[in-house]
Amino acid sequence: MSLLNFFGKGRRSAPVARDRLQLLLAHERGLGGGEDLAAILQQEILAVIAKHIAIDRDRVVVKLDRGDQVSTLEIDIEMPETALPKS
Amino acid sequence: MSKVVVVTSGKGGVGKTTSSASLGAALAQAGQKVVVVDFDVGLRNLDLVMGAERRVVFDLVNVVQGDAKLAQALIRDKRVETLSLLPASQTRDKDALTEEGVGRVIDDLREQFDWVICDSPAGIEKGATLAMRFADLAVVVTNPEVSSVRDSDRIIGLLDSKTQRAESGDRMEKQLLLTRYDPARAARGEMMSVEDVLEILAIPLLGIVSESPDVLSASNVGCPVTLHNPGSPAAQAYSEAARRLMGDNVAVSVPKERQSFMSRLFGRKAVA
Repeated sequence: MSLLNFFGKGRRSAPVARDRLQLLLAHERGLGGGEDLAAILQQEILAVIAKHIAIDRDRVVVKLDRGDQVSTLEIDIEMPETALPKS
Repeated sequence: MSKVVVVTSGKGGVGKTTSSASLGAALAQAGQKVVVVDFDVGLRNLDLVMGAERRVVFDLVNVVQGDAKLAQALIRDKRVETLSLLPASQTRDKDALTEEGVGRVIDDLREQFDWVICDSPAGIEKGATLAMRFADLAVVVTNPEVSSVRDSDRIIGLLDSKTQRAESGDRMEKQLLLTRYDPARAARGEMMSVEDVLEILAIPLLGIVSESPDVLSASNVGCPVTLHNPGSPAAQAYSEAARRLMGDNVAVSVPKERQSFMSRLFGRKAVA
């Protein structure tokens, strides 16, 4: 077994390559071969929020995680104290 | 009816220029009138691979800009009479080409040749989009390697949206030329197989060229492999691909692994 592992190390990486590509390309094709979806969403969401409050672009964190079944887009915006509406 | 073929890939170094020269030569050896056009303005290499680097006087940019007549810029191959080369410029930048100008040159070439093979530069910038713009058929050169396959997928998307054919609602024909394939490594599962790449890219297969020292030797001496070493597996793969382009019904033979003594001894067991 250990001998087999020794010789087999690094082998059979082709199926991994195929699976990674299939997952990635399924996403990229959905974008119409164009822009990065995460970048577009980030810009548009920020633009909407910026209409109402002043936000510091450096304090915005965008994370995208592409999964097999579900992908998540996480946008974290820090709102400055002064930006909150006064009541 | 002449055909305009773009040889493209997105990624650099996968074998576009070698394949353009070899397919062009193979078509010419079969009696077709062929011109191979280098679109890699600023980084021309087709002249070198075809052994005409010392005969370049005018280039594609000169012709597009009207500084030279097409006949002055075309270089006729010394080995195959029906093969010509239209080199790219080495000095100017990519903006030197305009869509109208390139379209005019392609129309002129269509009148003189059966095949106009456009050797695309790498990338997805202007040079690459102009090389594919007027094509009737695309040969997508791909290595069985993740970055090459991804870029080919991207190029297929561009072929289906940015070409004149696609824009006028026609189907853009695309065929896969798998190069630098290593059957032994594919058999061991170290390299994506022909089936893997075909399944992912989902376009018909034009041919498979195995990784081979014959290809390097041929470019070393500036002679397409189909002329330099016609009996080599690479030359045969290109010649068969050329026949398929001409409409001959030749089955694609998948290169088999040539078993070495060591792999016969250990190979099978290690995989099982």
